[in-house]
Amino acid sequence: MTERATADKHTDTNAGTTRRRFVTFLIAAPTLTVAGRWLGEGTARAQIANVSTPEVDLAAALQPEVDAVSPLMRLRVTEDNRVVFEAPRAEVGQGISTAVAMLIAEDIDARLVDVDMPHSNARPELGAAQLTGASTTMRNMWGPARRLAADARARLVTAAAERWGLNADSLTTRDTHVFAPDGRSTSYGSLAVDASKVAVPAVSPLPKPVSEHTLVGTPTPRIDGKELITGRATYTLDVDVPGALPTVVARPPTIGGTVTAIDNAAQVRAMPGVVAVVEIPTGVAVVATTFHHAQQARAALSVSWGPGPIADLSDADIRGRLQNATDPLLAPSLLQSTVDGEFDFAFVNHGPVETNCAIADVRADSAEVWVASKIPPIAQTVVATGIGLPQNAVTVHPIRGGGSFGRKLYPDAALEAARISQRIGDPVKLLWTRDDDVKHGRMRPASHHKMRFLLTGDIVDSFENRSAAVQLDMDVTPFSVVIDTSIELPTSGASFYHATQATPYKFGTTTKTLNEVQLDVPTAFWRSVYSGHNRAAEEIMVDRLASRLRKDPMRFRIDMASNADAVEVLRQLKSRGNWGRSLPSGWAQGVGFHTEYNAHIGCLAEIDATNPDAPRVMRTVIVVDMGLVVNPAGAEAQFQGSVIDGIATILLAGNHITNGAVVESSYADFTWAKQASSPLEFEAHFLNTGRETGGAGELAVPAAAAAVANAYARATGTFPSQFPINF
Amino acid sequence: MPTYKLFVNGEHVSVDAPADMPLLWVLRDLLGITGPKYGCGIGACRACTSHLNGKEIQPCVVPIADCANKHITTIEGLADGETLHPVQQAWLEEDVPQCGFCQPGQIMATAALLKTNKNPSDADIDAIANVCRCGTYCRIRKAIKKAAQA
Ligand code: FES
Ligand code: FES
Repeated sequence: MTERATADKHTDTNAGTTRRRFVTFLIAAPTLTVAGRWLGEGTARAQIANVSTPEVDLAAALQPEVDAVSPLMRLRVTEDNRVVFEAPRAEVGQGISTAVAMLIAEDIDARLVDVDMPHSNARPELGAAQLTGASTTMRNMWGPARRLAADARARLVTAAAERWGLNADSLTTRDTHVFAPDGRSTSYGSLAVDASKVAVPAVSPLPKPVSEHTLVGTPTPRIDGKELITGRATYTLDVDVPGALPTVVARPPTIGGTVTAIDNAAQVRAMPGVVAVVEIPTGVAVVATTFHHAQQARAALSVSWGPGPIADLSDADIRGRLQNATDPLLAPSLLQSTVDGEFDFAFVNHGPVETNCAIADVRADSAEVWVASKIPPIAQTVVATGIGLPQNAVTVHPIRGGGSFGRKLYPDAALEAARISQRIGDPVKLLWTRDDDVKHGRMRPASHHKMRFLLTGDIVDSFENRSAAVQLDMDVTPFSVVIDTSIELPTSGASFYHATQATPYKFGTTTKTLNEVQLDVPTAFWRSVYSGHNRAAEEIMVDRLASRLRKDPMRFRIDMASNADAVEVLRQLKSRGNWGRSLPSGWAQGVGFHTEYNAHIGCLAEIDATNPDAPRVMRTVIVVDMGLVVNPAGAEAQFQGSVIDGIATILLAGNHITNGAVVESSYADFTWAKQASSPLEFEAHFLNTGRETGGAGELAVPAAAAAVANAYARATGTFPSQFPINF
Repeated sequence: MPTYKLFVNGEHVSVDAPADMPLLWVLRDLLGITGPKYGCGIGACRACTSHLNGKEIQPCVVPIADCANKHITTIEGLADGETLHPVQQAWLEEDVPQCGFCQPGQIMATAALLKTNKNPSDADIDAIANVCRCGTYCRIRKAIKKAAQA
């Protein structure tokens, strides 16, 4: 497929948008800086299909805006021969900085090692381009990054042609240099100033066709690998902000509890190293000269706490509320039989190893914040509102994140740090200790799912999924960063559910509803959002249905999958995963399948459940069709991580609530998967049925979770319905 | 406040700190050595893992008083100048890190393990209890085996 065809297809996906043409243009700057611009016909505002119908593709919905704001993205070539792209999307471990750098290196013809990807500060004018989420980045950046790079290359070539008095068409580029037919060459850096004056490039400024790619599509190690293995990588609390004081917050025993009185503030203020003790809406902040002193002082604090809003609730109450909140299932007719299932999923903390943290320096009329943020303009708005400054008085520096899984969409720590800094008049660096993070950090909403197939004989007439979940906190929705208000985007958990939850099988009439239960607990988007539990539960139901029909679960999926690409993924999974091979007793294979993010994925898991209380997933095989894969090594890493998410959330890790408090407090009791729970063998196979690039970050979570649950069920002969199983 | 002399990554340093101050905060807050990461403060996540006289420790639970006059190696001190340690080299070749936050601890734990166990089995590798929330375990396992061959 040629690039043009791909670009056109991208445009066409955005139902209802006017056809647009992308041009890049030059920004007045001392060295070459290019930016892209969309020329729209008629209205520049996009219209997309109403998201209340299922299967809305969020990346496609956001694409027109990302394209529209691309004039504001910055790619520059420096005199020391660096290609610098101010990355609008945040690196939190998902490898996008490497993959986007590959797109740029490919089309500017630079060595990958010459490309730098600093994070762009919060720039609200970048709109959806600064929303890192919903597995959209490689899809949204595919066009803009390549076009910016190709345009810059054209200007560099033009500048070289002028300098050498040669025809620009005769020049070639590679390895961050321009080459003449006579053997002369010069670096991009040497051309950076001249190229900045090129008004009209003398060669094509369009990206190369995919068929000419030499880097994109090849497995490529992380560009920041060396920093990451030498301790040089800088995370938020490693940033050296002069004078920033270590700070921790004493938090209430219950979620959302309040400070009634600080009983010994003066005494604690007098402790060694303590700088300040101040009350904030979420607790009592202790500011000190080191984190040791801050924690010691926090331990010495005596605070009287008021109960939080759910102090009278525990897991059983919450589960009861969820069960009562689901819509009723349809009754079968006289001729119909049913296959039913009910599933409960616990709350799950995101558990990034880097806990919530932020540095803030608030002055009288301005503020600076350093924080790992997946939506920096939202951090900026929330902080500005919280401390009463105009948004443009707050500078947000996004820092590399130590894991996110959804957590770093939320600027909770940035807001707290800013409030504390404002109160004490000094910069602070705020650390949520692990117990803070587990007991008060956001979680995936607990959920309950009732599901029913209605059958006439062996014919599946209908599938019903009546779900309920604790309300997803959308007070500040990630989509509020989107500038174009005519793009219809989910505004509640329920609408997000309806926008994203599709069942990729021919099950007759398929109906699903999600009712949200309002509960004052800190919830969040969590990698793959509803798919991680809702779709996993559906896949468990598919196995139950297959069993009722006396069909092999893999064969049954192949027969029932709703389109040819999905069938191909499942066929390949069956053969490459060696489905049905003989295994020791107590072991079994399980399969899960999922379609989302413009991609299909199948996961096969083999489990050793000889001891059902300590099962071990021994081997996993992934087959995926996500179209053109920019960096297969990065995508594979995402799938490996997602398999661990599946293992952890199905078998091991969740959060209990007792009397309004999270019971767990560390990795000692929030038992996330460790090496001893990870598969000894892992394979990922990429198919490409010609679709455009799909999203990889969250794709595998539901398939892996389902494969693990189904393998466990088959190995133990049980019907697990409460997750995690060993909880 | 007592003064402690330490050898950190081959250099003599002396710090004034309360005796019960965990080494992690001495390193991070007093010495500006930020490679060891805080992930729990109670020895459970192992993101801070470093070496004390060549042996694996979790500096978040080791008070400075126990480190006097001893050799401390953090991730910053593992390489020999610009020459990476074989474990780091294997990590690079296997493209292990995702967010990278746990990796200083993973690498330091592996480097300590390989000193006493030249050829770790899968069961030995399973005994490494460092948390990687990103789930890089498969690549860690491969990298450990590669480093063991180096
Ligand atoms: S911070 Fe030291 S083990 Fe977690
Ligand atoms: S690489 Fe992110 S926690 Fe291990």
